[in-house]
Amino acid sequence: MGNNDQVSVVVTGLGATTPLGGDVASTWSAMLAGTSGVRRLTEDWVEPLPVKIAAPAAADPVAEVGRVQARRMDRCEQFALVAAREAWADAGSPEVDPYRLGVAVTSGIGGIGSTIAAYDTLRDKGWDRISPYTVPMLMPNGAAGWLSIELGAKAGAHALVSACASGAESIGYGIDMIRSGRADVVVAGGTEAAIMALNIGAFAAMRAMSTRNDEPSRASRPFDKGRDGFVLGEGAGVVVLESLPHALARGARIHAVAAGAGYSADAFHISRGAPDGGGVSFAISAALRDAGVEPSQVTHVNAHATSTPEGDPLEARAIETVFGPAASGVVVSATKSMTGHLLGGAGAVESVAAIKALTDRVAPPTVNLDDLDGEVAISVATAATPLKPRPGSAGPMAVLNNAFGFGGHNVALVFTEYVPAPLAASPEEA
Amino acid sequence: MTDQEILAGLAEIIDEIAGVPADEVTPDKNFVDDLDIDSLSMVEIAVAAQDKFGVEIPDEQLKDLKTVQDVVNFVSKNS
Repeated sequence: MGNNDQVSVVVTGLGATTPLGGDVASTWSAMLAGTSGVRRLTEDWVEPLPVKIAAPAAADPVAEVGRVQARRMDRCEQFALVAAREAWADAGSPEVDPYRLGVAVTSGIGGIGSTIAAYDTLRDKGWDRISPYTVPMLMPNGAAGWLSIELGAKAGAHALVSACASGAESIGYGIDMIRSGRADVVVAGGTEAAIMALNIGAFAAMRAMSTRNDEPSRASRPFDKGRDGFVLGEGAGVVVLESLPHALARGARIHAVAAGAGYSADAFHISRGAPDGGGVSFAISAALRDAGVEPSQVTHVNAHATSTPEGDPLEARAIETVFGPAASGVVVSATKSMTGHLLGGAGAVESVAAIKALTDRVAPPTVNLDDLDGEVAISVATAATPLKPRPGSAGPMAVLNNAFGFGGHNVALVFTEYVPAPLAASPEEA
Repeated sequence: MTDQEILAGLAEIIDEIAGVPADEVTPDKNFVDDLDIDSLSMVEIAVAAQDKFGVEIPDEQLKDLKTVQDVVNFVSKNS
């Protein structure tokens, strides 16, 4: 912990629904196996678009949420509910004082499917046929609101929006809620459901997406020379964050320490990352400092790496800058090679993956990395790779998750292995 | 249309929109207190009823329709 007067925050619950599986276990095993969730889209609306591939969620959220509730919730809110229920159950469904339980769950875009559907209804049938649930379905804080209702969380429900950094930023905010004393437990994460014509058209208009339509599973290829853009995915990731004393008092199983978060803004261009990677390396360094973690403790980075020509080498340079010559000892994985890019869900799902890598001591592969970009000098895992404490490591093993968003938002999160404190001799016996 | 037919049609709508099983939609039930239907769902139900029965339910009338029987009476009187 960076600052000794702050309470430690630990992760006691994990939940995810992704293109690889409807829960954490199935997602993680598919990830370790190097499975791609990218498919050729078959809907009619794909026809005029230059991009005909995406990574749809493996499990239909309506099956979990229920038909009636699903009428009132955007698909992104449904994903968040599914992932939050899993995370909450994984945490042991703790009894928490409602005013000590918070929510920090968000989305990059919000309920865009509901926005589009409502507009179609407005145009074709008139305003009075628009679903009266449209506003709560399209607002990007909708998932936070629904989860506060689901869990009875009254300490505050927050939805920070920073495009594709939103999920990671929410976890950082959740850590802060606990450190600042506002909550004992926070359900934090991100969600997205944006696989539809407007979004694909808009990202394609930026020339940001892969058009490798004939080889869907080969299209998302972070750090590979042949990469030509990102592939859109959907789903959600949620973690349960808890103050260490609260977790210990109830005998909770602790996955990891949510040790720190670092932020920066590029202040450079609204959608391009600053080419020198300065903003990214600042965020990573700030996260390590906040966590009180030395670079030598870090064994694994779940990179943001979206498979765009500009973004991936920029991040690689930043990792090199922060870790210096030791960067070669850090196993970097780009799991978007399998899940596609979940936008506001990405930082949360990838934090879940980073925590699983830490607890299982294995980094997932980066698939489709056939020919490493010559500008990339870090070691990217192409197969599931065991993680071992590095020689001369100053403390418990640590992993890093990066997430960056249009707007110039950079977020880095550090998770460390939880090492129980040695039992203190009781004062009577001492 | 008989009251019985209106009730059956209304029960179908309420099942679709609010997930209340048709056999629970009996005339004496209050939408809010008994069927747990909120004001947003009542708007949906009113629009669906308009389509099904061809009877427009103005907003100022809708707020006075508290029970299933109230809606059946309204539709019956105005169709």
